[in-house]
Amino acid sequence: MSQNYLKVKGLSKKFGNVVALNNFSLEVARGELVTLLGPSGCGKTTALRLVAGLERQDSGTIFLESRDLTLIPAHHRNMGMVFQAYSLFPNLTVAENVAFGLQMRKVDRSARIKKAHELLDLVGLDSQSARFPHQLSGGQQQRVALARALAFEPEILLLDEPLSALDAQVRSNLREEIRRLQLSLGTTTLFVTHDQEEAMSISDRVGVMNEGRLEQIDTPDDLYNHPKNVFIANFVGLMNQVSGTKTGKSVSVFGANLKVKNEVVTDGRVLVYIRPEFVELECTESDADAKVISRLFLGSVSQVICQLNDGTIVHSLLSSRMSAEFAPGIRVKIRVNEDEVLVSNG
Amino acid sequence: MTAELLEKKPNPIANKRKRSGKEQFWLIFRYTSLTFIWFLIVMPIYVLVVNSLKGVKDVYLVNAFDLPKSLDFSAWPISWSGGDYFSAFSLGESMTRTLFFVVQSSLISAIIGSINGYVFAKWKFPGSNIVFTLFLFGMFIPYQAVMIPLVQLVTNMGVNKSIYVLVMAHVIYGIPICTLIFRNYYASIPDELIEAGLVDKASRIRIYRSIILPLSLPAFVVVLIWQFTSAWNDFLFAIFLTGGSPKLSVATTTLNFITGSSNQVFYGLNMTASLIVSLPTLVVYIFLGRYFLRGLLSGSLKG
Repeated sequence: MSQNYLKVKGLSKKFGNVVALNNFSLEVARGELVTLLGPSGCGKTTALRLVAGLERQDSGTIFLESRDLTLIPAHHRNMGMVFQAYSLFPNLTVAENVAFGLQMRKVDRSARIKKAHELLDLVGLDSQSARFPHQLSGGQQQRVALARALAFEPEILLLDEPLSALDAQVRSNLREEIRRLQLSLGTTTLFVTHDQEEAMSISDRVGVMNEGRLEQIDTPDDLYNHPKNVFIANFVGLMNQVSGTKTGKSVSVFGANLKVKNEVVTDGRVLVYIRPEFVELECTESDADAKVISRLFLGSVSQVICQLNDGTIVHSLLSSRMSAEFAPGIRVKIRVNEDEVLVSNG
Repeated sequence: MTAELLEKKPNPIANKRKRSGKEQFWLIFRYTSLTFIWFLIVMPIYVLVVNSLKGVKDVYLVNAFDLPKSLDFSAWPISWSGGDYFSAFSLGESMTRTLFFVVQSSLISAIIGSINGYVFAKWKFPGSNIVFTLFLFGMFIPYQAVMIPLVQLVTNMGVNKSIYVLVMAHVIYGIPICTLIFRNYYASIPDELIEAGLVDKASRIRIYRSIILPLSLPAFVVVLIWQFTSAWNDFLFAIFLTGGSPKLSVATTTLNFITGSSNQVFYGLNMTASLIVSLPTLVVYIFLGRYFLRGLLSGSLKG
């Protein structure tokens, strides 16, 4: 997939003395769904707003194919946007909301009514077309907002935490619906969220942001399995941090010698990062590393939480059948089933 | 069983806490103060109403607070038309004329205030906060301070003694307060609504027309009531800018009811004229008062 449809290069933005975005660059392919993920205040919404043209960058460029959008105002960028708080026009009906963008593009009345009904049908709300936004639930309002953003066939669809105001069940359904629509319409989409599950489940690629910078952008699989640095390892998924000893290119932890992925760390005591699914447990009394303190049943898998002798908590993800023997109080030996690990100075 | 339930039913009187002496004192003080204030507000209205029902000549200072011996409405048609007493000053004509300029000035200042409020709240430009502060200064300049230059200005312009000079004065003096009310109201509308309009390809002006204006009804009600009342009740502009022409506004006509006759003061007519003149603002408040309060608070309370 050629990643040169949307090209954002070196965007920087300050609000007063606060750096919101620092040399942010991103390339998105046509029809791709890219998610910007990060903690609050990392700059992901600022990046989205700069792409939308709702904020003016201090430096950097934004290109859509060969068209330079850098100085083009929002209302001439042809991008659809869904906001966190729905932002439907309260004085217009559902159908009028969806058709508003088409009306602004001088589409004739019959064509825009037809298109509005098509879009509402697509999001399952055609029967509500004559209602006003306040007569709909939050989930329905966000569906209308999605239909409105897609009505004029935008070149890019921008989603600014569209699911965060909804309850869990609605959120889960709507994110699947967003992905289904995005794939069926082939709309290039930039999605912003702080919810990992949301990001990992529907994105082609996920970009993790921290302090105004894009730390890593990769497929969800690669991001989880091959995090480039400790921040990403910690931020994406559950990660154990245990103490180990580094010598050269290997680190000793729980009696095993593992390869070190990142070599910038000095030798000696280090923190070793291990995913719970690579932590194996064995019941023992003689040379135990830890004691089981609880077991969380999650369906087909269970999470066993252990405490090391130095007080560190270690999570292990095991199949529920295998984990049955690890009741609280049982002493266990830990094995790491991974060849390469990330480390940092402890 | 039923008897037990009845026995267990809480007795609100028994549960009521007995007030201490200090609390009782403050309670009595509160109610006395409120009654006194109520009395101060209601007494002038009472005097107006009872004396308007005593006819033209049967009202004197000594019986001003007495109830009418019999209901005599003869002062009402005379006040309305001027009758033989004040043939030059028909209150009816004057009220129609006042309504004409008050409605015009209220509408114009509300529209200008709404546009200004939108710009200051949602379409900010460099230095807009300073310009807004300068607008607000206009609210704090007393009429008296600018009256002499203003009179000279309108005289030089040749627009004095015209009803339009009052429209102009009330529009200009109404703009700061109207702008403030609309700006506060629009500040309560989420910015995302404007941004949603922008990404939908609507210009700022189109967003104002299609989205913001239809949502502005509560603020318009507040501003129109405010402007209507202040223009209707205005005396200073009416007397100075029109050269005190008794025919131009209700304020000057009513004044002439009081001062127009050199021989005798007809309190019955004065009271009736004042009552008639105050009726439009009273009606506006009675019918739109709840919208007024709601609109006034809409910018200050999170919905």
